[in-house]
Amino acid sequence: MLRYIVKRLLLMIPTLLAVAVLVFFLMRVVPGDIVELRFAGESAFASKENLDKERVRLGLDRPVWQQFLSWMGGILRLDFGTSMWTGAPILEEIRLRFALSLQLAIMATLIAVLLAVPLGIVAAIKQDTCVDYAVRIFSIAGLATPSFWLGILFILTLLIVFRWLPPMLYTPFWVSPAQNLAQLIWPALAVGYRYSAVATRMTRSAMLEVLREDYIRTARAKGLWEKLILSRHALKNAMLPVLTVIALEFAFLMGGLVVTEQVFNLNGLGLLFVESVAHRDYTLTQALVLLVAFVFIFVNFLVDLAYAWIDPRIRFR
Amino acid sequence: MCALKLVLIVALVTLAAAPAAAQDRPRHGGELVFVVPSSPPSYDAHREETFGTIHPIAPHYNTLLRTDPGDRTGSRVVGDLAESWSISRDGRTYTLKLRRGVKFHDGSEMTSRDVKASYDKIIFPPAGVASNRKGEYVVVEAVQAPDPYTVVFRLKWPQASFLNSLASPWNWIYKADILARDMRWYETHVMGTGPFLFVEHVKGSHWVGKRNPNYWDRGKPYLDGYRAIFMTDSAAQVAAIRGERAMIQFRGFSPAERDSLVQALGKRVTVQESPWNCLILVAINHEKKPFDDRRVRRALTLALDRYQGSAALSKIAIVKEVGGVQAPGTPFATPPQELEKLAGYWRDIGKSRAEARRLLKEAGIPDGFSFTYKNRGIPMPYEPVGVWLIDQWRQIGLNVRQEVVEPAAYYGQVLRPGNFEVAADFQCGYTVEPDLDLYKFQSKEISHSNYSRYTDRVLDELYEKQSRATDPEERRRLIREFERRLLDEEAHYLYTLQWHRIIPHSARVRGWTITPSHYLNQQLDTVWLAE
Repeated sequence: MLRYIVKRLLLMIPTLLAVAVLVFFLMRVVPGDIVELRFAGESAFASKENLDKERVRLGLDRPVWQQFLSWMGGILRLDFGTSMWTGAPILEEIRLRFALSLQLAIMATLIAVLLAVPLGIVAAIKQDTCVDYAVRIFSIAGLATPSFWLGILFILTLLIVFRWLPPMLYTPFWVSPAQNLAQLIWPALAVGYRYSAVATRMTRSAMLEVLREDYIRTARAKGLWEKLILSRHALKNAMLPVLTVIALEFAFLMGGLVVTEQVFNLNGLGLLFVESVAHRDYTLTQALVLLVAFVFIFVNFLVDLAYAWIDPRIRFR
Repeated sequence: MCALKLVLIVALVTLAAAPAAAQDRPRHGGELVFVVPSSPPSYDAHREETFGTIHPIAPHYNTLLRTDPGDRTGSRVVGDLAESWSISRDGRTYTLKLRRGVKFHDGSEMTSRDVKASYDKIIFPPAGVASNRKGEYVVVEAVQAPDPYTVVFRLKWPQASFLNSLASPWNWIYKADILARDMRWYETHVMGTGPFLFVEHVKGSHWVGKRNPNYWDRGKPYLDGYRAIFMTDSAAQVAAIRGERAMIQFRGFSPAERDSLVQALGKRVTVQESPWNCLILVAINHEKKPFDDRRVRRALTLALDRYQGSAALSKIAIVKEVGGVQAPGTPFATPPQELEKLAGYWRDIGKSRAEARRLLKEAGIPDGFSFTYKNRGIPMPYEPVGVWLIDQWRQIGLNVRQEVVEPAAYYGQVLRPGNFEVAADFQCGYTVEPDLDLYKFQSKEISHSNYSRYTDRVLDELYEKQSRATDPEERRRLIREFERRLLDEEAHYLYTLQWHRIIPHSARVRGWTITPSHYLNQQLDTVWLAE
């Protein structure tokens, strides 16, 4: 097992390296550059001399390969540099938003799991009954409803019916749990609902498949208690694909909640990502892409470990 | 008896009037919460171009002069750190007397040395330091500080707009000692003389300031503090005002957003509106045929029914006023009766379009001639204005295709390299002043932002003459001549509709007056909150 873990960890390095190369050169191919955008743009008085000075300051006057090498050198020392737009250290820019994005992802995941797993199981057990139809309608509606739209509905309902709005500024949970939850519960519900819809459908189909397996029939033939069959034999095996979906969704939430963050005015990683691309802030965009890639790879790694824990056949292979 | 009655009546009237008077009298206390639709890239206004820097940070600073906070035209200059000034007979020497006892937030005294260091940074930046505003001050020969409370600006030639330039909201006065140590210090720190002290900035989230108890203008500011919340999404901004989580957003809302706020908040919202010194221009590339032919360019402007466009677009977009080269309602604006004589501004659109068709025919342009209008990928108001333009041109037999380009690439890939036939351009000034507003229309050899790419020495000469004219009437006449040549005779550029600034805000916010510029009036020293 230890060998497997080490091997998987080492495999992360070339993957991240490939992502780094790709994002660095892709950013240079995209038209427009930060100096032009920030200092020329609409200005009537912008001069070439000024723009050149700024390019020199940001190191954009150097050949691309030199820029790449110095960036990679920095990464090896875990120095991601400073944001070209704000001049602040990139780790600080990310740190500011990371806690909020992580908490939102965890809350949405919890909501999704708490809804999806019981609903998926019930729907599978009660296949083709009213309960199953209700769950299917609930989950299809979740898939069809964009979370930002649901977010807008939440805001309008709170505003019009209750004449109340969630707080606009982020308060860490350890500072004020009530303030924190009052702000984040709404986006977590909006995102969690869509997320739960995916997981509900996956749980239902995985359970249906597992419930038809020979070993379930054997367990029933042995006269095992139905609850035990479901929880120990069926659910555990059905969880493998569900776990993958939940994990991938979780990784996506870490940087992909752009519109939901806009609607609820959350200072998260998604919004930072979009702004960094819009500003052509190469250093920040590159660091964010690496971060998101790392989260995806790491979450996948954890899922693989969980697979091995849930299914002994994987461990022994 | 009569005297007693009179006293009683006076007393009753006074008592009845008291609450109303109290409502209008500035009141101390409270925190102003406002929304900023953009974030500051750095804290240094000398180098930035966005209101995202001005709105949250300006309350920490003073400028040498400022525009009168109560003047709706945003063009009347009053003293800020300078209490008085004089101009020499030849118009080339400006002497400004500074207020005494003005303290920086660290307790040190502000003197002419600080003003000189700040202006030297802007006008004569040292090697390696970029100054975007250097071009605006080419007229300045030297900045001198003969004594601690006097600053002298020596100009190479007289310039009518120089006082306005000294009132620029970007020219915050920094501390000389700090600049001497590190020219870039102000990009990441705050140290001014302004009405509010810096408390906190959480990037992407908010900015907080608190009252400066030692502010030189005794009794001000009225607010205990302010909180600026960065919020990019306009629906979230509207919700914040509507939910009374924020009191104001100083840039502007669309007509629909205004209406929804008024409907929801009723008397709890006050709406201020003004012509906005921003507009979408149409750049016509003189290096592409047939746009080198002025008959074709004139036809393009003659096709536009600006009055009908104003009536229709002002309902859905942030554009409204039909104006010339100066925002309507400001000192050098074109009177409507004169404006109506210019091509494209005639009241009779039938006659105007007939003339457009005649000109196209004369220039040999066939009916159904096609060209591409490149538009900037910003929905409001580029999209509705672009659709309107295309519709107007179709009515004189032109077939126009629209190509929308991503904003980040627009200037660098489209306008600057001249990669277009006809394209949307934009101008937005911090104050309505002909020197600033007309600069870009000079020949391409002088103005790097002349994207129509023409050379017109007559315009250059007129620009210079109006800039040096010290008599306002003479200057007005020269501006009209400039305007006629730019928009009518040569039609180098097309003006669409002036932007229209709409600020619906909490009725509790008092002491703030809208101006044609969203860069002005952001010191917040006069702002107060009603009960």
